[in-house]
Amino acid sequence: MRFIFKTDYEQDIRILKHPGYWWSYGLLMAVLLAVPYVLGTYLQSQIVFVFIYAIVGVGLMILTGFTGQASLGHAAFLAIGAYTAAFLQKNGVPFIVYFPLAAIIAGGVGAIVGFPALRLHGIYLVIATIAFAFIVEEVMARWEVVTNGNEGMRVKTIDLLGQPLPRDEASFYYLCLFVLVLVILMTLNLLRSPTGRAFVAIRDSETASQSMGIDLAVYKVKAFAISAAITGLAGVLFAHKMSFISPEMFTLQLSIEFIMVIIIGGAFGVHGAVFGAIFIVMVDPFLTWMKDDVPGMVAAVAVMFGATADKAAGIQEVAGRIGSAAGLKGAIYGLIIMMFILFEPYGLYGRWLKIKLFFELFPLYKKATFKRQKTYVKSERNR
Amino acid sequence: MLDFIQQLVSGIALGCVYGLIALGFVLIYKATEVVNFAQGDLMMLGGFFVFTFIGLAGLNYWIGFALAVLAMALFGMATERVLIRPILGYPQFSIVMATIGLGYFLRSVAGMIWGTDDLKIETPFSKGVLKVGDLVLAHDKLSVIVATMILCAVLFLFFNYTRLGTAMRATSENMLAAYYMGIPVKRVVSLIWAISAAVAACAGVLLAPITFIHSNVGLALGLKAFPAAVLGGFGSIPGAVVGGLIIGVIETLAGFYLAQGWKDVTPYIVLLVVLLIRPQGLFGLAMRKKV
Repeated sequence: MRFIFKTDYEQDIRILKHPGYWWSYGLLMAVLLAVPYVLGTYLQSQIVFVFIYAIVGVGLMILTGFTGQASLGHAAFLAIGAYTAAFLQKNGVPFIVYFPLAAIIAGGVGAIVGFPALRLHGIYLVIATIAFAFIVEEVMARWEVVTNGNEGMRVKTIDLLGQPLPRDEASFYYLCLFVLVLVILMTLNLLRSPTGRAFVAIRDSETASQSMGIDLAVYKVKAFAISAAITGLAGVLFAHKMSFISPEMFTLQLSIEFIMVIIIGGAFGVHGAVFGAIFIVMVDPFLTWMKDDVPGMVAAVAVMFGATADKAAGIQEVAGRIGSAAGLKGAIYGLIIMMFILFEPYGLYGRWLKIKLFFELFPLYKKATFKRQKTYVKSERNR
Repeated sequence: MLDFIQQLVSGIALGCVYGLIALGFVLIYKATEVVNFAQGDLMMLGGFFVFTFIGLAGLNYWIGFALAVLAMALFGMATERVLIRPILGYPQFSIVMATIGLGYFLRSVAGMIWGTDDLKIETPFSKGVLKVGDLVLAHDKLSVIVATMILCAVLFLFFNYTRLGTAMRATSENMLAAYYMGIPVKRVVSLIWAISAAVAACAGVLLAPITFIHSNVGLALGLKAFPAAVLGGFGSIPGAVVGGLIIGVIETLAGFYLAQGWKDVTPYIVLLVVLLIRPQGLFGLAMRKKV
């Protein structure tokens, strides 16, 4: 086991804690850079979606994971980013301008949403963000001059200083990777600054942080604005990746998927957002696999255990019917959410940390290290 | 003028629908501070149960009604035992997410079992209208209004004047203190889920002739009933019904007088404005801050 002996404060807040980080993250970067040369278009495209979801996840992590303000309205910020990009691109604004501008506009709207959120907490905040998302969705559908209403908008290829970045090519992949790495580094930097620490303090106890001199209003609005701005960035990439956007893409369903990203990943670290994004994006390919390949495999296994050909065909048909049942995706989503909250509340990243600690401490690992304190329910009405 | 009153009346009918569902939200919140996002889906399940008993098994309407309510009460208890009890006491938002997951699961499974078509049942209320002067009100809507009022009154009295109701309020205030006072907290929580699911079943049965029964009915109505509950103040039973009425009336009037598109958004705009002025909702308890 490695003990890091800290001798000064600078060392304590360093992002790369020890040389091992250079090796592991350097290796990861090398692998990610090599992806377009190794994998096919389909997988590369899925990884781009992982990047986009991870960017949103990091944004939401700042708000929900670190500041403790729940939001079920992040699809709206994604929509604002996407529509800003589509509208400005149509009017001849270059990418280099509208990319940051989308983040600024989404961030501004986020700050405006943050103001009412100051007085709300818990469930009231959740419903307020849902209401906000509904309003934005409706505005997108009705403000036809800008958004072209329910017919949706085509989004052309990115033109980065005269260099086209087609959505299925390696150049677009690298752009998304670059933005994700940038956002993660900025977030890590934010978290070791006074602002980031104020966020965490607000999450842990509003009253205590207030008595330490943290202005709740300022920091909550900041958290909303930063989170929305990052989501707006993701929105631009999303619009270009989809190449077509319409209001029904940005529904409550999408907001719930974003929350799932951080719950499945583990809502206490930036790693969680990335793990969660990988998981959520892989659900669709998994479902296709269930539909196409699993029935045959089940039948083959049945034959192996001595089933007759007739029986095997029957089994294959039943498995196929389950695999292609309408609404299977909903059931799987529901089960995933419930299972994670019941059995692994720390998410995938928490599981990773547990496994890591198990090997570091080898025969001395004990389960109680990660035991969650269960409290008795107390009314939140008189907090 | 007649138009206005007619719209107002149908708004009130719609509002009672929302209020009825919102009652279920409020019950669970009042007793355990858990927000059940799957309430609308419990209602949907109640509708499917009653379809099974009446439409498929051919039972009498009232027997089918009673059976559906009973079955949903058991289902509510089972849900509490399996999903809620292990995570009770963890942060509120994880429980919210768990119930969102439950909602997904129920919708999808109900769609697989009963199919995705709109289902219909014959009820004593599905035909016939009540006429007062020139005003017209269908019996099925009238039944919802009456049922909402009765349920609201019964539940209000139950919570305020019975021993069990007091025990439930105590449980929500502070679970540990409730244990010390000898309240069987587990049984109380399990009971409140049963009651809430039963209320949801009533809503599902009464709405069956109006909205028909399909697997997404709960989501659509639940998302409207939820603002209703928040608007009224989440812990207040009369508040749920008043909130439902406000949302229903506003939605109907906006649909009639304003341009297309306002109908669905106006309730949410009103909700945001009310939350800005009174963050605890109209009938919510005043909050004190303690360290």
